Amino acid sequence: MVELALPKNSRVVPGRTYKVADGAVRKKTLRVYRWSPDDEANPRLDSYEVDLDRFGPMVLDALIYIKNEIDPTLAFRRSCREGICGSCAMNIDGGNTLACLKPIAETSGRITIYPLPHMPVIRDLVPDLTNAYAQLQSVEPWLQADSPAPPDAERPQSPEERQKLDGLWECILCYCCTTSCPSYWWNGDRYLGPATLLAAYRFIADSRDERTGDRLDALEDPFKLYRCHTIMNCTQSCPKGLNPAQAIGEIKQLISERKG
Amino acid sequence: MAPMPRHRPVMRSALGRVRGLGPARAGAHHWQAERISALALVPLTLWFVGSVLARLGADQPAVAGWIARPWNAALLLALIALTFQHAVLGLQVVYEDYIHRKAVLATAILLTRFLALLLGLAAAVAVLKLAVTAPH
Repeated sequence: MVELALPKNSRVVPGRTYKVADGAVRKKTLRVYRWSPDDEANPRLDSYEVDLDRFGPMVLDALIYIKNEIDPTLAFRRSCREGICGSCAMNIDGGNTLACLKPIAETSGRITIYPLPHMPVIRDLVPDLTNAYAQLQSVEPWLQADSPAPPDAERPQSPEERQKLDGLWECILCYCCTTSCPSYWWNGDRYLGPATLLAAYRFIADSRDERTGDRLDALEDPFKLYRCHTIMNCTQSCPKGLNPAQAIGEIKQLISERKG
Repeated sequence: MAPMPRHRPVMRSALGRVRGLGPARAGAHHWQAERISALALVPLTLWFVGSVLARLGADQPAVAGWIARPWNAALLLALIALTFQHAVLGLQVVYEDYIHRKAVLATAILLTRFLALLLGLAAAVAVLKLAVTAPH
């Protein structure tokens, strides 16, 4: 059955408090989920009171400041700091988003940061996305065609055909959407989740791809596809403003269409 | 460091686990039937509720006579069939979402279908009996 309460060893307990904003004009407190596989301790919420005038405007800037200046044991993923690598996806004040695109000014009161929900935690804010990556691989998100490409050029595509990929190709695979989806929480072992289904639709919608039917075959399954109940958390959480729920709807529509 | 677990019961690759038994090539019909029955139930339910409200306080023969009119009986039977079909389809989705033990899931789905069939038939028999025996 669905787990309504966390197992005992996963319950989050209060953690340490670091106050390093003495004399600061603009103060902010960040509460950050901490868990280490190295001891048997429960996860905890550490509080860091910081001076906003000592780092940049985004939540990621605050985390990097904390790691560099206050607590080097804090673990989180980050790379590009401009919303294109998808590494710093995490749950900020209850919503999944990219820390690098989330302005601190958009938050009110103290900021609470957890890892992406319902994923195994490797450490602190670092989730284990092995299953989600394997699901992405399972839909073969690359162009597949039997017709050879022109020997001296790329495969041609009209502007109209290319336009169908807008809103799909921009996905950076941060998995904010997938890990915000209750259907994925309950059935993540079988439901592919919005990020993977959007990636699948990106190739279903691609005029250059010649495996559309095989792709639909591979998705037509009560669990892989039809666990989507248009809850819309995916679309709401997407930090790139994409609409995975619509892509999933298009897949369902195409499967219905081909049945005649 | 935490000690490495000595025995890992699952060593299958993540991709192998995700592919699992492969796509069922099913689910589309269920999804369509759920939506079509929902659409059909909107006018049917409105008609039924409106008709009942219009007969508030009427005596039994009057209501039986209303049911006995062929189109009313036909629409009532359609309402019964679609309501139970829609309920079964919807409940199955809820079960699949929340019940993760295979045996419990299969039992719940079978029991629901059986119960819906029985209740649906009982309701249909009631309509037919009234339709056939009502005074004209």
